[in-house]
Amino acid sequence: MSNMLGFRTLLMKEVLRFWKVSFQTVAAPVVTALLYLLIFSHVLDEHVQVYGQIRYTAFLIPGLVMMSVLQNSFANSSSSLIQSKVTGSLVFVLLPPISYLEFFAAYVLAAAARGVVVGVGVLSVTVWFAPPGMVAPLWVLTFAVLGGAIMGALGVVAGIWAEKFDQLAGFQNFLILPLTMLSGVFYSIHSLPPFWQQVSHFNPVFYMIDGFRYGFFGVSDVAPQVSLAVVSIAFAIVTVFTLASCSVATNSGTEPHDAPQNHRRPSA
Amino acid sequence: MGVAVSIQQVEKRFGALRALDGVSLEIAEGEFFGLLGPNGAGKTTLISCLAGLARPDTGKLTVLGRDVVVDYRDARRLLGVVPQELVFDPFFTVRETLRIQSGYFGIRNNDAWIDEILANLDLADKADTNMRRLSGGMKRRVLVAQALVHRPPVIVLDEPTAGVDVELRQGLWQFIRRLNGEGHTIILTTHYLEEAETLCGRIAMLQRGKVVALDSTQNLLHEFSRHTLSLRLVGGAALPPALAALSSGQVEGAWQLRLPDFSAVEQVLATLREAGIAIDDMRLSPPDLEEAFVRVMQRGRAQQ
Repeated sequence: MSNMLGFRTLLMKEVLRFWKVSFQTVAAPVVTALLYLLIFSHVLDEHVQVYGQIRYTAFLIPGLVMMSVLQNSFANSSSSLIQSKVTGSLVFVLLPPISYLEFFAAYVLAAAARGVVVGVGVLSVTVWFAPPGMVAPLWVLTFAVLGGAIMGALGVVAGIWAEKFDQLAGFQNFLILPLTMLSGVFYSIHSLPPFWQQVSHFNPVFYMIDGFRYGFFGVSDVAPQVSLAVVSIAFAIVTVFTLASCSVATNSGTEPHDAPQNHRRPSA
Repeated sequence: MGVAVSIQQVEKRFGALRALDGVSLEIAEGEFFGLLGPNGAGKTTLISCLAGLARPDTGKLTVLGRDVVVDYRDARRLLGVVPQELVFDPFFTVRETLRIQSGYFGIRNNDAWIDEILANLDLADKADTNMRRLSGGMKRRVLVAQALVHRPPVIVLDEPTAGVDVELRQGLWQFIRRLNGEGHTIILTTHYLEEAETLCGRIAMLQRGKVVALDSTQNLLHEFSRHTLSLRLVGGAALPPALAALSSGQVEGAWQLRLPDFSAVEQVLATLREAGIAIDDMRLSPPDLEEAFVRVMQRGRAQQ
């Protein structure tokens, strides 16, 4: 037994939520990515070539697109959850007959949707500076959706565990931002000293970006099949962990307070 | 009449706090049931367990026979909950909010029923207004509407009239009473004991996670409250010693006598006549739930 309509409604509501404020959720990150591109291509385009023949600006564009996909996917599910937790409106989603899996799938898909929308936005304003081409669009789409879904799931976990906005900001600034920035968005890891090359291989985000970039150039630091395997395993692990978090959160529940409104102590 | 809600030996701890300490209750279909207790007694925790917002550590809860954990989808379709806190989703209009809520319950094309609820709650002209722009009382009514979109046979209202003005409160109760008359089971928590007294046929009182009283409103009033005779005596005379046992002191110069029954009035008057004391002012007030509540809580504290 499942509640397909419940799932679809929640997915639609989550998409509408960011779409209704798209100036902030879509336009703003597109501008940010554009600024990165303008600055880095100005400084580096004439000095750096990657994989021997690719202009730095062309190399940078897919990296920026994927970084925007990942960061915005995380931001979507995590901020939606923390907002509705702090305001208390999460109760509207918790009262209906919606399973953890339907809940999870709706938030993750909406997060990936925001990521892809922002990604398309970033690509469409940056592509004119140095068209990178796209030799394998299916790889591009696969990594964008899968990467967005992983980050969306991590956003669900962060949204469940965080009780306040600053805890979420900590998660974002000290985990998500370093993982995405140090994953090869701005450089090929072959340019790194051997030790840091090794370290980069332990960062799952590296595989998301590397695989995504393969779809544009047909060359990458590791084979796209390897990246796909790593990213798929990461998705499976994050899924299991997120579903477990949902269950633990329901088990503990939130200690209710009569007053003051909207103030909640951490549960368990 | 079947059992609408069954709660058996439910315990729930938050760290060292026993929010629910072995609560058992049964509420029949069609009842208007009151759940009373001071802040922190466990009312909202009990409702959270019933609604699936929290899972009990032990015990079992069912809604019309459906277990709220094992059979949660059915149980939730049968239950409508108006949460205590004034919450809303600022991204949507009233109608969007209700359509979305219908969708969550797997119901499409629900506009006819949504219009009916809106009309009954006097919200029809606010249907296309964003939630942010509604007053507190209107937001509260939208919460009621949200709880009703799936036509639940059992409706839980957790302090629905906190911060709602008198007129709206009357309108709200009229609507809830009508739903009750049509066969819906209503479970109400409130701090307004007058409301509970007039609306609820049966009442459970909670204290520190335990049920300390469970009976019909009439029986609770009879057992824990008395008619009060308020007497102002001419010249501020003292009460004859024979009446001292009934007295619970003076309020603004008037003696307060608690009477076991109406025949006691005669005895009081006779005693005063014999003592030659004249009455300046006299008032008789019926038993009230507030007194019953205070006494039950005192008894509960004494037992613990």
